[in-house]
Amino acid sequence: MTILLAPVVVKLNFFVELTYCFTFNFNMQDLFDITTLPTLIISVISIIIVAYSIISVKAGNKFSIREIPGLKAVEEAVGRATEMGAPMLYTPGWGGDIQRPTTIASLNILATIAEKAALYDCQLVFPTHDPVIMAVAQEVVKEGYAKAGYPDRFNPDNIFYISSSQFGYAAAVDGIISRTKPASIFLLGTFEAESLILAETGNSIGAIQIAGTDSTIQLAFFIVACDYTLIGEELFAASGYLSQNQSILSSVKAQDILKVMIALFIIVAVIWATIDPSSTWWRY
Amino acid sequence: MPTRLPLLICLVSGVVMFLQYFSRHPVAKLIYQTVTNDWWQVIFAFTLIVGVASFIKITLRKISQKKDKTYSLIALGGLILMPVLALIGGTNIESPFQWAFENLLAPMQATVFSLLAFFVASASFRGFRARSIPAAILLGTALLVLIGRLPIAEHISESIPDLTFWIKNYPSMAARRAILIGIGLGSMTTALRVILGIERTYLSGK
Repeated sequence: MTILLAPVVVKLNFFVELTYCFTFNFNMQDLFDITTLPTLIISVISIIIVAYSIISVKAGNKFSIREIPGLKAVEEAVGRATEMGAPMLYTPGWGGDIQRPTTIASLNILATIAEKAALYDCQLVFPTHDPVIMAVAQEVVKEGYAKAGYPDRFNPDNIFYISSSQFGYAAAVDGIISRTKPASIFLLGTFEAESLILAETGNSIGAIQIAGTDSTIQLAFFIVACDYTLIGEELFAASGYLSQNQSILSSVKAQDILKVMIALFIIVAVIWATIDPSSTWWRY
Repeated sequence: MPTRLPLLICLVSGVVMFLQYFSRHPVAKLIYQTVTNDWWQVIFAFTLIVGVASFIKITLRKISQKKDKTYSLIALGGLILMPVLALIGGTNIESPFQWAFENLLAPMQATVFSLLAFFVASASFRGFRARSIPAAILLGTALLVLIGRLPIAEHISESIPDLTFWIKNYPSMAARRAILIGIGLGSMTTALRVILGIERTYLSGK
């Protein structure tokens, strides 16, 4: 009963406090934090560029994306698992939760892989450390199987929660890899110290491994231990690349425009700082 | 309607959380703390029940099918043991729960973590092979950084530690920052796609 009432109590408490703040504690001067102004300006510019790119799709503009070897290899990885009659293992790592864009990007890739797994009747195993990710992944994979036209092939037990403990999770996934010997392993998401433990175990059984993470430290491990590694923004562009959805591709284009702007800013700032070493405007 | 309502909730939540960052008003702080602490904990607690139920279901099935029976029994035993110990003896420093944590769980976690040292060695052995000019440069740089971090480096040459720090702080940092800029922009556009409802995978792509 207490558990069921918890959300109600939390929400009621929030609205009571909110009313108090608005009634007795409202100060107009505090509404905007002036120190965040540079961030606000950059954010608004970025939103305008992304919005413009998305609108330009409706005007008929077509966008394409360069070939990404790691994503091109997805088909190869699914094909290999099908030929060998072995399962595929997909894990989003221990470091992230559902609030993280990297996890969302990873689930976007999972949707495509699930569709292909359903098409070729290949088993897809998804162990995770977070029950929220598990619940979302079950829905994503289920929809992938339905999209492929084989909803009956979906097994919800293949997407399961293991442990929230980092090394408990790593040991369990290592055990699954060693015992089931998956033909293909996808390590896409936020990884921490468990990255190399998983990647090396996968390498030792000879699985084809596709990895990608937002952690620059773990990227080095993946590059050494995996067959293909998605570096930096490649992980976030994956959903557009795999689905060829023009709206998503347009936002990737916006990303490139922003990258050029940042590069130009850095060049200008370097020249400015060289000419006038006392200048500080570029430090924001 | 079944799709529009979650999309609307996502849009409103996204915009509110974006705007609260630029305010130092108590209301903004209250919204942030309530959503990220209280609401998130409630969601997590409910999904944890689903997660643990799924874990028990799968483990019991494995035991009944005699598939990885030993591992499954140990996993299930661990899952039952810790809450039982906490309920019987509490969680204070001299409780059986703490004993189990310090003498069973912590050494097991340390063991798995220790595997990393061997994996780093085997991965380095494979990775640092001079098969091409870039790979040879990588090997040379890695050796230099490794030597530079050793106490003996100063005895060989005083400039080796300085060179090591220069490699880490300039070429290596420049490459890292380039990747980080890409990741930052990727995260931002992914968040925008979700807020604007372009990316709907979390809604089963509907």
